[in-house]
Amino acid sequence: MILAVASGKGGTGKTTVAVNLARTLGSPVQLLDCDVEEPNDHLFLRGTLDLEEIVNIPIPEVDESRCDGCGECGRICEFHAIVSFGTVPLVFPELCHGCGGCTKVCPHDAIHEADSRMGVVELLQDGDITLVQGRLDVGVAMAPPLIRAVKAHLRAGMPAILDAPPGTSCPVVTTVRQTDFVLMVTEPTPFGLHDLTLAVGMVRELGVPFGVVVNRYGVGDDRVHVYCREEGIPILAEIPDDRRIAEAYSRGDLMVDVLPEYRGVFESLLSKINDCVATADLSSS
Amino acid sequence: MKELVVISGKGGTGKTSITASFAVLAERPVVADCDVDAADLHLLLDPRVKERHDFWSGHEAVIRQEDCTACGQCYEDCRYDAIRLVDDVAGGKAYVIDPPSCEGCGVCVHFCPVQAIDFPERLCGEWMISETRCGPMVHARLGIAAENSGKLVSTVRKEARRLAEEGDHPLILVDGPPGIGCPVIASLTGSSAVLVVTEPTVSGEHDLERVLSLTKHFDIPASVSVNKWDLNPEMTERIEEKALNFGARVVGRVRYDRSVTLAQIQQKTVVETDAGSGDDIRRIWSALQE
Repeated sequence: MILAVASGKGGTGKTTVAVNLARTLGSPVQLLDCDVEEPNDHLFLRGTLDLEEIVNIPIPEVDESRCDGCGECGRICEFHAIVSFGTVPLVFPELCHGCGGCTKVCPHDAIHEADSRMGVVELLQDGDITLVQGRLDVGVAMAPPLIRAVKAHLRAGMPAILDAPPGTSCPVVTTVRQTDFVLMVTEPTPFGLHDLTLAVGMVRELGVPFGVVVNRYGVGDDRVHVYCREEGIPILAEIPDDRRIAEAYSRGDLMVDVLPEYRGVFESLLSKINDCVATADLSSS
Repeated sequence: MKELVVISGKGGTGKTSITASFAVLAERPVVADCDVDAADLHLLLDPRVKERHDFWSGHEAVIRQEDCTACGQCYEDCRYDAIRLVDDVAGGKAYVIDPPSCEGCGVCVHFCPVQAIDFPERLCGEWMISETRCGPMVHARLGIAAENSGKLVSTVRKEARRLAEEGDHPLILVDGPPGIGCPVIASLTGSSAVLVVTEPTVSGEHDLERVLSLTKHFDIPASVSVNKWDLNPEMTERIEEKALNFGARVVGRVRYDRSVTLAQIQQKTVVETDAGSGDDIRRIWSALQE
């Protein structure tokens, strides 16, 4: 099973839920940190990160001796990443989406693609947990190609937990697509509720079954619960607002390790996720 | 005119609560919510929307099934796995586009041998100009699972700048998105100052380094403030030291205070309540004026 942990709002506890769930599972599991702009899962695991792969995107390079300035490349590029004014074109690598259109369209074979580094994929092994982490280079704008590179490490037959970036746009969509279940972590506050409704809209659009975890339960009001009830969204776990949890997190300690009274919350969450996925499988077949 | 951008690296550190407080404390600001993915500032500033504009950006490929010969050229060429091979009603195979995966590059459109792919403009959300108790506000809503959040951020900032110039406002206050990627870069390029709001956790520390590398990369002066500092005083000190080493200013701490959530529930900014953390935010605001 491939499980994604997401949220509209940042800082609601995606990382906490993803890593504690992975630890609770108690058998080999892949943990994919798809929050490549700010990957944090490794801070809660023991072991060292090893470089697995440098991820590049293909950027056009122009062979001036072959170019006659026809401008076909500039006309096909939707991102203004290659521009020609009847001369040899200029390339703006930071705008390039790596679609390959200019290379393919050039009638004189004057363009070839060269690799431009955008980030790395790193691995860490901590007991049963295999962490696969993407880390975007600072100054690089586009996260989705790196997220795809992280997801390419998914191993068939092994359960996987994907820690998604916050928000509702392309990086999250790239992470959540083609997963079996999405766990949405929120908090019972007006911000939490508002961003949850956006995230629900996105996940429904993608057609992946989902459920909610309410973190910092007790801190705000009951509107998240009312919303979930009205929408028929299952609340699969409630993690109380406990300052000791926040303090453990601040030190990089795992809740299930240092506050064993909360292990039950994650054990019950795991079994509820399994029930939800089984039900979804039944209704889809 | 100044433009102060509030960012955080890590999400949920208190950017929006602090930006909204600044909006109350500042004199005649224009406020811009650039966290277009998950905009929350309007929940505190209660904007009355004056103008609404559709945000059209880029294009989306659509295969006309009646003209498609199912040759598979588009499937071969697409680098974004946006073309799916599905069973059609007649029991054959059909190629269709998965809209959330479509990057809008147009390669399939250009190379389709029978010109069976349309390329309409894509509606990616909307942006609004509103009036609030603190002054004008520009905000936006990205469409569900839509692309081009960076361009929407640029639109919001451009409109905020126009309003500030026309109304002779001395300051634009920008509530930025989390992370360090495209929407963050679009939020801060060309701004005059950045405030990074972080928290004293291993994640806050790790993400601060990356976000300060980014402000350095774009050569924008950065200040740092640790929110919920008393959750881990040692970590707070470590983070402040790190910030100084990066050449950033340290402009003050905000205490861990449940009143921040209570203020949020009452749709107030923290400085409009008598919460102790409000005093901390006032001190940071004064430090930023120096």
